[in-house]
Amino acid sequence: MTEYVLRRIAGMVVVMFIVATIVFLISHIIPGDPAAVMLGPAATADDIAALRARLGLDAPLPVQYLDFMRSVVALRLGDSIFLSRSVMQALIERAPLTIQLTLMAAGLATVLGVPIGVLSAVKRGSVVDQVVTAFSMAAASLPSFWIGLTLIEYLAVRWHVLPVAGYGPPGAGLLERLRYLVMPAIAVGVPNSALIIRFTRTSMLDVLHEDYVRTARAKGLHPATVIIKHAFRNARTQVLTVIGLTVAGLIGGAIVTETVFALPGVGNLVVGAVLRRDYPVIQGALLVISGIYVLINLGIDLLYAVLDPRVRY
Amino acid sequence: MSASDASAVTPRKSASPAVLLFRRLVQRRLVVASLLILFVAAFCAIAGPWIAPYAPQRMDIAHRLSPPSASHWFGSDEFGRDVLTRCIYGARLSLTVGIVVVLISLACGTVIGVVSGYIRRLDGVLMRVTDALMAFPDILLAIALMAALGASVYDVVIALGTVYTPRVARVARGGTLVLRELQFVEAAEALGATDQRVMRVHLLPNLVSPLLVQGTFIFAASILTEAALSFLGAGVPPTIPSWGNMIAGAQQYMQQATWLILAPGFCILLTVLSLQMVGDALRDALDPRLRRLT
Repeated sequence: MTEYVLRRIAGMVVVMFIVATIVFLISHIIPGDPAAVMLGPAATADDIAALRARLGLDAPLPVQYLDFMRSVVALRLGDSIFLSRSVMQALIERAPLTIQLTLMAAGLATVLGVPIGVLSAVKRGSVVDQVVTAFSMAAASLPSFWIGLTLIEYLAVRWHVLPVAGYGPPGAGLLERLRYLVMPAIAVGVPNSALIIRFTRTSMLDVLHEDYVRTARAKGLHPATVIIKHAFRNARTQVLTVIGLTVAGLIGGAIVTETVFALPGVGNLVVGAVLRRDYPVIQGALLVISGIYVLINLGIDLLYAVLDPRVRY
Repeated sequence: MSASDASAVTPRKSASPAVLLFRRLVQRRLVVASLLILFVAAFCAIAGPWIAPYAPQRMDIAHRLSPPSASHWFGSDEFGRDVLTRCIYGARLSLTVGIVVVLISLACGTVIGVVSGYIRRLDGVLMRVTDALMAFPDILLAIALMAALGASVYDVVIALGTVYTPRVARVARGGTLVLRELQFVEAAEALGATDQRVMRVHLLPNLVSPLLVQGTFIFAASILTEAALSFLGAGVPPTIPSWGNMIAGAQQYMQQATWLILAPGFCILLTVLSLQMVGDALRDALDPRLRRLT
């Protein structure tokens, strides 16, 4: 087990090294002078030269690459060009909102996805199953931003159930703030629940065919006991895998949805940085988000061993 | 023996695999409906300039934000432009982007995946790069690439092609790992076939089914991601009508004109849903082992 964990961590370090290289390459495929692109057409030649010097763009490419990797290892992500603060500071300020939103959406997707998926597997072929399948397909086909806008139109503007957008007045309490995250969490969570429903259903169907489930039924156990205690217990690891798979979708959804609801999170920061060509912020966000994603997947892989004693490394 | 008897004895000419596949697909009504929707969308995309009632940029300030009517079936937007026309042109953009992204990612991903699965020396490097590319959420990698590349349709296609290539590579590699252990590959190797020949003649044809299915899902995903890029203002320039930037433009007028959001939204929903249905049906039809589970 220890050996497996160490091997996985080593693999993760390699992947993060390549991630950092990709991030470096992305900011160097910019056609023309990145400094000129960042400052826009109104910039003077002096401004551009100053920015080039500040970002180290005068150095030869291999030197720039080494400098970049060195600062990544030291977790120095540089300064934003437009926000008058360091990239790390900007990310830390905005992270709590995005984490809350992603967790709420993940919770919603799981709470919706797992029971519905189990139900649909147990009632396979019934009307319930067909409705669930139709719902999960439709949910996976809708862009989260469209769901968000439709929710604003109905829940906020017409029926006044929830606040339209934003993150509450300054100094608002946690509960008040969470109210502002309900619609964004639905917009992000519902499309992602689709994948969880379908995976849960498939893995439950797999397990329900097993002999030991038939034995449990034959013993006269309550159907609910058979499904929850015997069948679902073994479908758990696969359900966990798919929840891990949706993490990328949830973070991606949060990035887009924060723009719809004017939420000052990491997503909004990234989109603003892309529109203003604030490359240090884009680089930093790419590194941090992919790092978190890789860590979460490592965590999930390690959880397998805890949940399923058959998994041996 | 009469002529009719002779014809009765001759075995019926067996249908080609493509025909058999098509027959299997059209057995399900929902799949037929999906294929029909995709056909209509493709027709709109190809015949757009001839069937659209107006020019996509034609403004008519006197009739701005007018609700759906006989002259504007899907209503008009804040500049009085016809929403139906723009949806048709949006189909042109979305489907073109989708198809080209599928072709790029299938071409690059298949080569990477097959080489990675068959030539073990290269597996480590190629798969780590694939893992690294898949460590970014789709939309994040896409907008970051757009920030670096520019803002043309061409750039959108390159960005999305880069995002989806690893997904194809994964499928192609997985398939190759299974196939390479089978006896016909061993036989080809024993007969002295070169690596290149084994991959091209023996592995590739057997990977067509899973790649076709994956291609359909990537088509659907790239339409959604393209819409999100356009919505965020990081996709195609606003002068080109796309479903995503139509929705972005409609945000401010949503309360007066719900149709501005609904029309492009349903275009996305119907197209992506149909693609997913067809993808599912293809998978079931091509892989009978999975049928038990659905």
